[in-house]
Amino acid sequence: MSGITGFQLWWWVILPYLALATFVIGHIWRYRYDQFGWTSRSTELQEKKLLKWGSPIFHYGTFAAIAGHIIGILIPERWTAAIGIPEAAYRWFSAGAGTLAAVLIIIGVAILAGRRLFVARVRATTSPVDWVALILLAIVIVMGIAETIGVGLLGGGYNYRQSVALWFRGLFAGNPDVRAIAHAPFLYQLHATAAWAVIAVWPFSRLVHAWSAPVWYLWRPFVVYRSRKATRPNEPGTSGRRWRRIGVHY
Amino acid sequence: MRIMAQVCMVMNLDKCIGCHTCSVTCKQTWTNRPGTEYVYFNNVETKPGLGYPARYEDQEQWKGGWTLDRKGRLTLKAGSRLKKLASIFYNPDLPTIEDYHEPYSYDYAHLITAPAGTRAPSVSTRSALTGKEMNPTWGANWEDDLAGAPARALQDPNIVALPEDAAEKVKLDFESVFMFYLPRICEHCLNPSCVASCPSGAMYKREEDGIVLVDQDRCRGWRFCVSGCPYKKVYFNHRTGKAEKCTFCFPRIEAGMPTICSETCVGRLRYLGLVLYDADKVLAAAAAGDVGDLYEAQLGVFLDPDDPAVAIEAERQGIPHDWLAAARRSPTYALIARHKVALPLHPEYRTMPMVWYIPPLSPVADVTVAAGYDDTDAENVFAAIDALRIPVEYLANLFTAGRVGPVRDALRRLAMVRAVMRAHQLGQHPTVDLSGVGLSEDDAEDLFRLLAIARYEDRYVVPPAHAEDAGRLLAQHDLSGCSLESEGGPGMGGDGPGHDAVPGFHLVREDTADASVAGRDAHGRLHLRVAEHPPPGSLGPAGAGGI
Repeated sequence: MSGITGFQLWWWVILPYLALATFVIGHIWRYRYDQFGWTSRSTELQEKKLLKWGSPIFHYGTFAAIAGHIIGILIPERWTAAIGIPEAAYRWFSAGAGTLAAVLIIIGVAILAGRRLFVARVRATTSPVDWVALILLAIVIVMGIAETIGVGLLGGGYNYRQSVALWFRGLFAGNPDVRAIAHAPFLYQLHATAAWAVIAVWPFSRLVHAWSAPVWYLWRPFVVYRSRKATRPNEPGTSGRRWRRIGVHY
Repeated sequence: MRIMAQVCMVMNLDKCIGCHTCSVTCKQTWTNRPGTEYVYFNNVETKPGLGYPARYEDQEQWKGGWTLDRKGRLTLKAGSRLKKLASIFYNPDLPTIEDYHEPYSYDYAHLITAPAGTRAPSVSTRSALTGKEMNPTWGANWEDDLAGAPARALQDPNIVALPEDAAEKVKLDFESVFMFYLPRICEHCLNPSCVASCPSGAMYKREEDGIVLVDQDRCRGWRFCVSGCPYKKVYFNHRTGKAEKCTFCFPRIEAGMPTICSETCVGRLRYLGLVLYDADKVLAAAAAGDVGDLYEAQLGVFLDPDDPAVAIEAERQGIPHDWLAAARRSPTYALIARHKVALPLHPEYRTMPMVWYIPPLSPVADVTVAAGYDDTDAENVFAAIDALRIPVEYLANLFTAGRVGPVRDALRRLAMVRAVMRAHQLGQHPTVDLSGVGLSEDDAEDLFRLLAIARYEDRYVVPPAHAEDAGRLLAQHDLSGCSLESEGGPGMGGDGPGHDAVPGFHLVREDTADASVAGRDAHGRLHLRVAEHPPPGSLGPAGAGGI
């Protein structure tokens, strides 16, 4: 690990690991102590006309973007090369499909952000931690769109699979390639940094609803029965814990 | 035959004076919190009218409840499970706050903080959602006593659904319009579509008493229960982001007390009691081909607690003895199944609702009196019931999916009871033929007692929950120096001194030889549930000894 400054080590190794640790421990803690606060926090009751378009477009666009990240970041370049996909072909696929996802997300985010900012009923439901999470998410999205459309589609392209991806995968292998990310364009560095910030904030925000995707609904019986059973009392000191206290304004 | 017990309610609409005491006490008990301002677990609607939320009864618009698919199988009206998951980011059938009303309060502080001036300060309306000034234009009680009816009441889905000539007549006769109140709570259905709609599995029906509840810890706010309930009695708490609904006051019911709406009902029009039903028959009954048959189909799933075969089977399946005794005394079973004067609300939703209504005779009797006839003479009232086709057809749209017969029969029985009791009061022999409406003299007497003079303990026959084991386990857990942990006491594995004092306790499972099947654990404690019928996903108290 020669040739790395202390700052680079801090920024590209220690901070990501801290974010990951916060992500894991935060989720465990919140799942145990804040089931009541674990919700998608829907605002459809307050506003429906804009949500009708914004929410599905944004979510489905996001799924496409997540799939793109799995292909581009988690799958090593040599794997795609091994099955005979040349870098140029990958790049055009990445730019094309990525742009499609980016356009969906732009439209979705524009509607949702406008709704959250300018529809008073929706704005009033946003807690401080949600503001933080949403703003960070907005940064990630704007940078990602700039990379996909600005660099990938319209610009000369940038093979992030030989820099950002190496560093990212290395974090999970315990061997991050700091120089790869440290010399990446600023756009990519900002995107990655904001993404780690989102990861760190995730367990404390409404984003936790992503882990509650109710796929099990497809198989379970329609009507659920429960019978009375003895339950444990709450653990001392946690009984009244609520993510958002009732009666206190957001 | 899988016998289950259901706590159910009957409301006698003749007695409702629309005072809203039930709504007020319910609100004070359950929904006087931020986030639930617009939520009424109990509300009272004036009929005809749009209801709350507006036009909730129109399932072509809201897609609540069940329907039959092309093969005649039950399916949610809102669509398949896959379609639901695909539309989870935007639920097309969800009412918005305008369909209820934007909650508001008043800026009372202004009264004392207003600067000195020549005019007295007045308070303005403030939205509970945004804190901004607003102008209320609709609400839970907006159309009380037919307020605004000329402009709106004809949009009542039950009027819209009338045959054209009848609907025309409603319009023409609008000055002599009929009116009655319809108090509504959650129906705690036998086939609840809200539970079936919940993607998280957070909603459930209790095995012991059939009460439908939302697990606040497991609810993830996907809000399909709100749109899935055709009665719109599941609400979305806009503060917590979770669904809430009428709880049937389960803490009171468990203690053998009536719900708060029943307890405080000024007109004493509510009845609470157990109904036993065959859970295996529910789905077939809910899938009856013709919606008009659903009322009869639902009657068909109820079991007669006086039938010895039912009683033996119920005890074998673990229904406690005192519950069985309560089922025999149940005023709701008597009104629903024995005398058939109570009818379900909108059976066509196929949810098998369990809050039933005795249709109002008063609009009919009023017209009879207005025409100069004696309203206690059954023949006059019979004539009026048939002459007033519109109210009867309207009531049929509410209670029997449009089939007039059962409504007319119920009204005739009520009229007959009046005639018989009037004759008794005057020392005359009733001149009317009771058998024509399927009543015996004893039935008429019984109905009179139930409807007119039933006391508190006759109107509310609620057996306390059998929570002995659960309560004991809680009591001994995590409490140091618990007084129950005396030698041989409940905390030490014995049944404790209070054991014999609990009615019916021994009868939970005494008749089974095998101790493990009988629901006794290694310490000889009795269990509430039996082993041969493990409820899905339940831990049961079997492992509780080790908590």
